[in-house]
Amino acid sequence: MKILVAVKRVIDFNVKVRVKADRSGVETANVKMSMNPFDEIAVEEAVRLKEKGVAAEVIAVSMGPQSCQETIRTALALGADRGIHVNTDIELQPLAVAKLLASIIKREQPSLAILGKQAIDDDCNQTGQMLAGLLGWAQGTFISKLAIEGAEAEITREVDGGLEVLRLNLPAVLTTDLRLNEPRYATLPNIMKAKKKPIETLSPADLGVDASPRLSTLKVDEPPKRQGGKMVQSTAELVEKLRSEAKVI
Amino acid sequence: MGVLVLGEHDNNSLKPATLNTVTAACAISPDVTLLIAGSGCRAAAEAAAKIVGIARVLLADAAHLAHGLPENLAAVIAKLAPGFSHVLAPATTFGKNVTPRAAALLDTAQVSDVIAIESPDTFVRPIYAGNARATVKSAEAIKFLTVRATAFAAAAAVGGQAPIEVVGDTVDLGLTRFMRQELSKSERPELTAARIVISGGRGMQSGENFKLIEQLADKLGAAVGASRAAVDAGFVPNDYQVGQTGKIVAPDLYVAVGISGAIQHLAGMKDSKVIVAINKDGEAPIFQIADYGLVGDLFKALPEFIAELDKPR
Ligand SMILES: Cc1cc2nc3c(=O)[nH]c(=O)nc-3n(C[C@H](O)[C@H](O)[C@H](O)COP(=O)(O)OP(=O)(O)OC[C@H]3O[C@@H](n4cnc5c(N)ncnc54)[C@H](O)[C@@H]3O)c2cc1C
Ligand SMILES: Nc1ncnc2c1ncn2[C@@H]1O[C@H](COP(=O)(O)O)[C@@H](O)[C@H]1O
Repeated sequence: MKILVAVKRVIDFNVKVRVKADRSGVETANVKMSMNPFDEIAVEEAVRLKEKGVAAEVIAVSMGPQSCQETIRTALALGADRGIHVNTDIELQPLAVAKLLASIIKREQPSLAILGKQAIDDDCNQTGQMLAGLLGWAQGTFISKLAIEGAEAEITREVDGGLEVLRLNLPAVLTTDLRLNEPRYATLPNIMKAKKKPIETLSPADLGVDASPRLSTLKVDEPPKRQGGKMVQSTAELVEKLRSEAKVI
Repeated sequence: MGVLVLGEHDNNSLKPATLNTVTAACAISPDVTLLIAGSGCRAAAEAAAKIVGIARVLLADAAHLAHGLPENLAAVIAKLAPGFSHVLAPATTFGKNVTPRAAALLDTAQVSDVIAIESPDTFVRPIYAGNARATVKSAEAIKFLTVRATAFAAAAAVGGQAPIEVVGDTVDLGLTRFMRQELSKSERPELTAARIVISGGRGMQSGENFKLIEQLADKLGAAVGASRAAVDAGFVPNDYQVGQTGKIVAPDLYVAVGISGAIQHLAGMKDSKVIVAINKDGEAPIFQIADYGLVGDLFKALPEFIAELDKPR
């Protein structure tokens, strides 16, 4: 089977993001960019299925400006076979990404599409669910375990109350949670090999999708700051303060 | 045109986040309809009918709507939604799973994790782990939102008496089969609704040591939470995780023990009223946002904390 993974280029999770002075967005100039951590987990899972002989081919798709090719190269270095870059400078929102992915999926006919549960920049947690809806496929979101058994996938999902086990008909859309696996690091030889793997470039128009944004961002500002930093010297002082000053216990 | 709220429930009673979502809905329109979909869920619909501010309850009761399977449930919502200006759901794992799928079926964008309603078409939501807030305007004919429960007060659970209407002919798409669930059992209050939360991090060193956290929690009637590192290490189950990609909590008191204070953790708890940090590293970032910081070894501080609470006043 073929597996398609979606990999988004985002500001690295270690960067302390700053809001721009004109409140139009956050500062992205000279900021370290990386693959969305949940998407690294998606790539890892797909590559493991290939290594087990369950999958024959892993295709990594990224959408956005030219620089997304670096993110695709990272996926190729981790073991994906080829890449597809949907090249556009317009702001892509989850519904547009889902439509573009749906269009690619109609061409490629994979049995599984694996996405991250959430992009750590927009924190939307929508795209996988939307994609499954557009395709009319089964969806397994926030998964921490996956087993392919014939024409079905058995998944374990992380939900608010604990865990849930479902069986999905294939083809299906899956979204990864943190504990699905621990992604590997790319080795130097694999980074070299990745340079020779093919990346196809397409535009939203090639895919027949109007990707224009549906939501407009009026402003981006900073949340109110907390006044922290007060210290206590002992647990006795702590309990006394919680009782008589904060009055929370 | 009114607002449709997707109610979260366990067939018998409503999940607390439903009440917060109703409050958000009432800020948009006085005409709020609550959908209870499930299997054998009339009791939940009856509970929903009592919520103050609800004009009507829709009850979709069918075997294939059990366990909130998103394929079948999204189809029900997509069919009902055109009669409404907005569709709201709690931003819980349940709401997050279903609502985007329903929105996509109607070729509609969704605004996730709304923390403020500026007007019926303009909403505020956190981005970048809460390091920034975006004010977003939606021009969609039907506005799909998920609502962050901690940002809205709970609607009164009793006092109303809305009529219950049955929604028939829902379909089973047959795409998914529910096998089983492993729910964490606890006598303690639910993490997202608790007045006090005690959370442990990697500094706890083992699941066994979490007993100290539990003892303190039981003294204070608190819920127990954790950092991602503590969950990844297997000290506690996944549903304890507080943070950007876990649960969002905003209790009156949050006690972080052996947690360094990574932004991904802060994203889940920094709206708590009072924050206490106990950490042996005086430089830990958690102290920058803590109202009361105690530098020290948690294995000494926690037993002392518990003993202090036992002392006669
Ligand atoms: C995509 C992504 C999503 C994430 N989502 C989340 C999330 O939702 N929630 C979350 O929490 N994290 C999340 N993280 C992880 C986050 O970045 C941090 O790695 C994590 O919060 C660290 O957990 P910790 O503070 O317990 O561990 P550490 O950072 O290792 O801190 C342990 C602390 O314990 C203290 N300590 C050790 N021993 C003692 C002792 N005896 N007494 C007192 N103090 C002691 C140390 O001084 C240290 O400060 C996410 C990361 C990524 C990349
Ligand atoms: N521009 C993009 N390119 C590739 N994949 C994306 C893009 N945007 C979102 N995704 C995928 O959708 C997931 C969820 O994103 P979101 O719904 O925005 O939180 C991500 O983890 C990616 O797998």
